[in-house]
Amino acid sequence: MIRPILRRVGAGVLVLWAAATAAYLALLAAPGDTVDAIIGDGADTPLIRAQIIQEWHLDRPAVVQYADFLWRAVHGDLGRSYLLQRPVAEVIGGQLAPTLKLAATAAGFGILLALVLALVARRPWVRRLSSTTELVLVSTPPFLIGIVLLSVFSFRLGWFPVSGDRGAAALVLPAITMGLPIAGTLAQVLRDGLDRALEEPFAVTARSRGLRERSVLVRHALKHALLPAVTMLGWSFGVLIGGTVIIEQVFGRPGLGQVTVQAVSSSDLPVVLAVVILAAAVFVVINTVTDLAYLLIDPRLRRS
Amino acid sequence: MTESALVRVEDLRVTFHLPRRTVEAVRGVSFEIEPGECVAIVGESGSGKSVTARALVGLAGPGARVDATRLEVDGQDARRFAPRDWRRFRGGFAGLVLQDALVSLDPLRTVGAEISEVLRVHGRGPRSARTEQAHRLLEEVHVPEPERRAGQYPHQLSGGLRQRALIASALAGGPRLLIADEPTTALDATVQAQILTLLAERRAAGETLLLISHDLAVVARLADRVLVMKDGRIVESATTRALLSGADHPYTRQLIAAGSGRRRVSTAEPGPVVAEATALRKVYGDRAVVRDVDVTVRRGEIVGLVGESGSGKTTVAQLLFGLVEPTSGQVRFEGRRFSGVPERARRPLRRRLQFIAQDPLSAFDPRWTVRRIVAEALPRGTAVAPLLERVGLDGDVLDRYPRQLSGGQRQRVAIARAIAPRPSLIICDEPVSALDVSVQAQVLDLLAGIRESDGTALLFISHDLGVIRDLADRVLVLHDGRVVEQGPVQAVFDRPGHEYTRRLLAAVPTLEVSA
Repeated sequence: MIRPILRRVGAGVLVLWAAATAAYLALLAAPGDTVDAIIGDGADTPLIRAQIIQEWHLDRPAVVQYADFLWRAVHGDLGRSYLLQRPVAEVIGGQLAPTLKLAATAAGFGILLALVLALVARRPWVRRLSSTTELVLVSTPPFLIGIVLLSVFSFRLGWFPVSGDRGAAALVLPAITMGLPIAGTLAQVLRDGLDRALEEPFAVTARSRGLRERSVLVRHALKHALLPAVTMLGWSFGVLIGGTVIIEQVFGRPGLGQVTVQAVSSSDLPVVLAVVILAAAVFVVINTVTDLAYLLIDPRLRRS
Repeated sequence: MTESALVRVEDLRVTFHLPRRTVEAVRGVSFEIEPGECVAIVGESGSGKSVTARALVGLAGPGARVDATRLEVDGQDARRFAPRDWRRFRGGFAGLVLQDALVSLDPLRTVGAEISEVLRVHGRGPRSARTEQAHRLLEEVHVPEPERRAGQYPHQLSGGLRQRALIASALAGGPRLLIADEPTTALDATVQAQILTLLAERRAAGETLLLISHDLAVVARLADRVLVMKDGRIVESATTRALLSGADHPYTRQLIAAGSGRRRVSTAEPGPVVAEATALRKVYGDRAVVRDVDVTVRRGEIVGLVGESGSGKTTVAQLLFGLVEPTSGQVRFEGRRFSGVPERARRPLRRRLQFIAQDPLSAFDPRWTVRRIVAEALPRGTAVAPLLERVGLDGDVLDRYPRQLSGGQRQRVAIARAIAPRPSLIICDEPVSALDVSVQAQVLDLLAGIRESDGTALLFISHDLGVIRDLADRVLVLHDGRVVEQGPVQAVFDRPGHEYTRRLLAAVPTLEVSA
């Protein structure tokens, strides 16, 4: 049990390093001068330029700068934002909470809705209706869903705030917007898994014991259907983090999305790198959790 | 008969309304089961035997329409049962045991949980007593260490133990009727014998049994009466004794012939050595799966390799076929080195060495037609039909897909593909284990015929001694990766030298046909 975990952690570190390095190289190759980025709208004189180069050690070779960046990153120091002149950890840390709150709520809503759709909508015509709706949800771009929801429930009915992050009400529409496509995909995978499990011999055995169809579904088939669904869910979480960038714009919410867009458009290298490392870390964590969930669900995989 | 019959069925018809066609699975079947009786329904796959049994517990299947002039269970008219009545009845009045416990028990739940579930549904005892009751049930079916076993999952148990656990779960509701649908088909012969003994024990204790099997030999020992089904009808119904001393229906006679075995001997002397393995040894991790095995196969010879699951017979096949490199030892094929050489060196010989697997369905590309599957093995432009004719298939299967064929037809296609390049040796890994006995006999005839006409050598791997006896010239008995006994089939079967061989032989179900 210990060895596979160690191997996983090792692989995770490798992924983080690769992601950080790739981002570093990409930003190095991007047009634009670092000094320009740091100056921003401030005064631009040769003296200030020299000072900046001195202060940020920009005169050193790229390899040394890269090694320095890695060394500090390993020690938890992600550097200072060029634009905001504050530590990156502080910039990101302040915006992490609203994004995580949104992502978690959206995922929770999506999972719940998917379970309801897959487990409850089992009669042939309800299934067809539900299946079609799911397909529409999956194939509609989230920002479009967001705009439709906004115009109906905020502008017309005035039930929810149009933008911002004040209170739980402000979370409802963005979470639904992001949760619906997840629910759509997940419900399809779950339903497929349930159907397959119900055709297995053990389902016949379960019925022959006098179980209700609902018990066969929940007590036996569901666990089998969860295996592919967990894979799907891990993937959706990743997409979710990326998706917040757009949704936060549509709903005018604070969060990582806003920070990222700003950092990219103003070549704020340290912030962009930090966001990339964070996204990679999220993927590593989610993949590990997914693999552990497999072991939890399916005892056949526990043999080492 | 008497008023007390547990099951009374008259003119039972089960029809499946599928999207594109209607299938009449059961066409007017009538029978009764008395308390304490053991009745067997025997027939090949598709005869409607399973559907008949499942209709008795209201589980004929999705899309099934069940009609009967009479369908009485426990003295009640089951035709009027609401879903609630059926649920009370299932598990409580009748317990169902299916074929393979690895998939018939929920693989994601412990066997203890599976047994307790029945106790819960039927409200047998308080919740606190259920665990202990589950242990008692496991003990009743002779599962050693029931406390430990109850906490394990089906895949952690041996085939015999999990089949026992499945039977324990069927008994948990205290049913008056136990329906066992091919309860031993997935098991090795010795384990099969143990399970049959367990069922005989239940019967001696007064349980009523309904057995379903494709193999008359398996149920003959147990059953009082046998119903022979074919194409949805009962073609013969008699006491087991009467049936064995003289069956009326030709189909029953065919079943009896298939069950009593028939030697297929060759007239030709074996020729030069085709394949030779010396001191084969294969170690995985720190486990030696194959230890010091020597095999020689000569032209026109059929060598049987017999052993139970886990004895290493499949690994031996993989070593001979060059799929796996031996840890030590050597394989030679047609006089050339076949192990310890790069695949490049083996490739020119590949066409001379063919393989037939147990389940051809997974060995064929499901999107290919029979024509394409067989043509692939033939020189470009050669007609496929004559080859199919050789293996006893009509031209109308040419454009079908593997899934649209019966098990026997599929195995014939596999044989056609294997003989197409005119190989000198065919390795057959359990080629008839998934087939009904009557179909088994036909496929064995076909293989014997090919050996006779082409002089092809066969290495025939099976856990079924009966099949080996009917087909092979020589036999090697494999146990724990070692050859514990070998020799001409007749000699080994008449005077088994090794204890293990004796045990295997004792377990083979055979029909004692009285003249």
